[in-house]
Amino acid sequence: MSDDDILLRMKNVVIDGFSDEKWHEIIKGVDLTLRRGEVLGLIGESGAGKSTLGLAAMGFARPGCRLTSGEIWFDGHDLMKMSEAKKQELRGSRIAYVAQSAAAAFNPAHRLIDQTIEASLTHDVKSATEARDDARTLYAAMDLPDPDHIGERYPHQVSGGQLQRAMTAMAMSARPDLIIFDEPTTALDVTTQVNVLAAMREAVDRFNTAAIYITHDLAVVAQMADRIKVLRYGEEVEEAPTAEMLSNPKEDYTKSLWSVRSIEKPAETSDDHVLSIENVTAAYGTVPVLHNVSISVPRGKTVAVVGESGSGKSTTARVITGLLPPLKGRVMFDGEALPPTLKGRSKDQLRRIQMIYQSADTAMNPRHTLREIIGRPLEFYRGIKGRKKDEEVAKLLELIELDESFMDRLPGELSGGQKQRVCIARALAAEPEVIICDEVTSALDQIVQEGILKLLMRLQKELGITYIFITHDLATVQAIADEIVVMWRGKVVEQGIKDDILNPPYPEYTQLLLSSVPTMDPAWLGEAVAARAGLSVSDLAAEA
Amino acid sequence: MSDTQQTYSAKDEVGQVRARRTRLERMKIELRKAPPTAWFGMVVIAFYLFVALFAPLLAPYGEAEIHPIPFAPWGGDFPLGTDQIGRDILSRLIFGARNTIGIALVTTLVAFAIGGGLGLAAAISRGWTDQLLSRAVDVLMAIPPLIFALMLLSIFGSSIPSLIFIIAVLDSTRVFRLTRAVAMNVVVMEYVEAARLRGEGLGWVMRREILPNIMPPLVAEFGLRFCFVFLTIAALSFLGVGIQPPTADWGSMVRDNASLIQFAQYDLKAGITPILPAFAIALLTIAVNFVVDWFLMKSSGLKE
Repeated sequence: MSDDDILLRMKNVVIDGFSDEKWHEIIKGVDLTLRRGEVLGLIGESGAGKSTLGLAAMGFARPGCRLTSGEIWFDGHDLMKMSEAKKQELRGSRIAYVAQSAAAAFNPAHRLIDQTIEASLTHDVKSATEARDDARTLYAAMDLPDPDHIGERYPHQVSGGQLQRAMTAMAMSARPDLIIFDEPTTALDVTTQVNVLAAMREAVDRFNTAAIYITHDLAVVAQMADRIKVLRYGEEVEEAPTAEMLSNPKEDYTKSLWSVRSIEKPAETSDDHVLSIENVTAAYGTVPVLHNVSISVPRGKTVAVVGESGSGKSTTARVITGLLPPLKGRVMFDGEALPPTLKGRSKDQLRRIQMIYQSADTAMNPRHTLREIIGRPLEFYRGIKGRKKDEEVAKLLELIELDESFMDRLPGELSGGQKQRVCIARALAAEPEVIICDEVTSALDQIVQEGILKLLMRLQKELGITYIFITHDLATVQAIADEIVVMWRGKVVEQGIKDDILNPPYPEYTQLLLSSVPTMDPAWLGEAVAARAGLSVSDLAAEA
Repeated sequence: MSDTQQTYSAKDEVGQVRARRTRLERMKIELRKAPPTAWFGMVVIAFYLFVALFAPLLAPYGEAEIHPIPFAPWGGDFPLGTDQIGRDILSRLIFGARNTIGIALVTTLVAFAIGGGLGLAAAISRGWTDQLLSRAVDVLMAIPPLIFALMLLSIFGSSIPSLIFIIAVLDSTRVFRLTRAVAMNVVVMEYVEAARLRGEGLGWVMRREILPNIMPPLVAEFGLRFCFVFLTIAALSFLGVGIQPPTADWGSMVRDNASLIQFAQYDLKAGITPILPAFAIALLTIAVNFVVDWFLMKSSGLKE
């Protein structure tokens, strides 16, 4: 390919960010080239500088950041030297941006179609009538239902997946040369993600648009990108064509990015059930959420509860913990029925079932030090006080691979992974028999996830704890589960040993769920879309 | 696979954490960064407190000591003259600080104990407790507070305890509203749910989980409320139902000497006399507001 083909060239770009009253380098001299019609995947963990670099491709620095040095050439224009007004002209008409949260990016007070064509009109790319007709074509291209009329709806009247596709249509409206996708499917369920990914790739191919696709999920980027660039700490780790990157990553760091997928644990089970939920039906007010759910949990093993959002996974956890008394059915613990409400349970019953939340940020009081956070259950349940308590807290900190020096820190002074470890320590302080883990790793980066999962597995081995692991991430399930419960719309689709569930024959919903999980194979997306066409439940997923 | 993980350790995830400073050190740093307006406010407040605390030592004469010359001019034995029955104005200004500030402070504290406690309880228990309390507060707030206070004071008599209690109850409605609103945001956090799951009682959840997280807006509100209470007391005293003579108080001092203002054309100093207590009120109000502004800006994380 000749050099004329190059649409975007960034050379030795340095970006500074302002924090702690000093400027720090966030991007430390990264090169990037993008040809017309090419899709480049940018991956890395949070804080690697992916989004900052993506925005820099538009000549834009977030508030608190500045483009310090380097060159950014977009189709012959020098974005570093261009005036803000000129850059404004490029943005929206020739470069477009698709953000992670479509719901936050749309104005709730305007109809979708008016927002879709807004950029085209302000940049005088086409007339209003043309733009509207074109928007309908785009909606059809994005595989949205009823493309002729969906634009008349308001953002809250369509689902998250549809909104994300509408946003891609919005970006496409002015037929830009370059679109920057910033984690566009991270907030979506796996079954929805497939449709959105397929629609995006189709549209990008069709209009020969170049794109930068930012994500932390290697399997997703494998579906979208022609080339992949891995970033870490604002520096490039490596860059290679997708197939080569997947089959033969050179750097250790790149290999470790999909390490969660390499944890393996042989499934074991036992007939000794520590906890069982029997025919539970539950509702929030008058909205029924669980229908006749029965799950049994073998002692000392891990039961993974999987399903997309709204399937009743977390509600099941609330019933077990007593936060939501069931309408019908009961929860048996160690052969005894647990009182349905929190108030009815004894301190000891409360102690034996602990819970770890998805977001460690909100699960710990920001004004309490770790000493208080971990020490409180020790004091509350076991009456340990004073110096003895400090010793126990130190022991627990060591158990979660931190140390005594952390004792007086506040949660805000920890990283995401460390916070989640502290939540684990808080649960362990109660010496529980069952720990309910509600999406505990889904907010974390791959490497940190792996660390947490390994820690949980080690603790299970050492202390014989039973886990109920709620997740929508099937890679995690594969890694740590003994048994799997598949839930869908408040019902249990199936329960069984991991190997049985993950191998055919499947009930239809399980198959849909499994087929929706991206794999590292670049050809996966096409196959997945073809495979789900035959499933009757796929209509339901397409609606989403 | 674990070979590639040699370098990973949970401890190192956050590289350098600044050593935790003691509360005193942190306060010093904050004070150094305080804007001049906040400094002005703090100096003024400190001066008022000093005067209020050491009033008997600072004042040249007693609070209700009557001298033979009413309306004495400035200078001589009476630096700021005397009032209509011959009491030293300077001494009364100094004692007035003690009375007005002391009563306002106690009233604000009582208002916060009532409003804050009930607000927290309403936010945590919700349901009918919340409904009952909130509607009762709505009713109280629907009546103009000054007129309501006037009415209640004429019913219960204007003794200092009833003055404190009536203003406190009326002002606690606003504290209730604020506490309930900010606590609502904290109550839904998972750490509060975690505490309830642990089996903690209402008291612990209120004191240890919620209160520390809603302190900044409450402290700021405390400053503002203090100003309003202070002004209400002065207004009531000016109307004659507040602090009763012979207790010195700035509001009633304005009223007592108000007629002097018409002599300003003959003797400027005499004209200024009634304005002095009013100025004392205004200065303290401004000073407290400066400090509150600074505090609000810090706690809300707003920059300039």
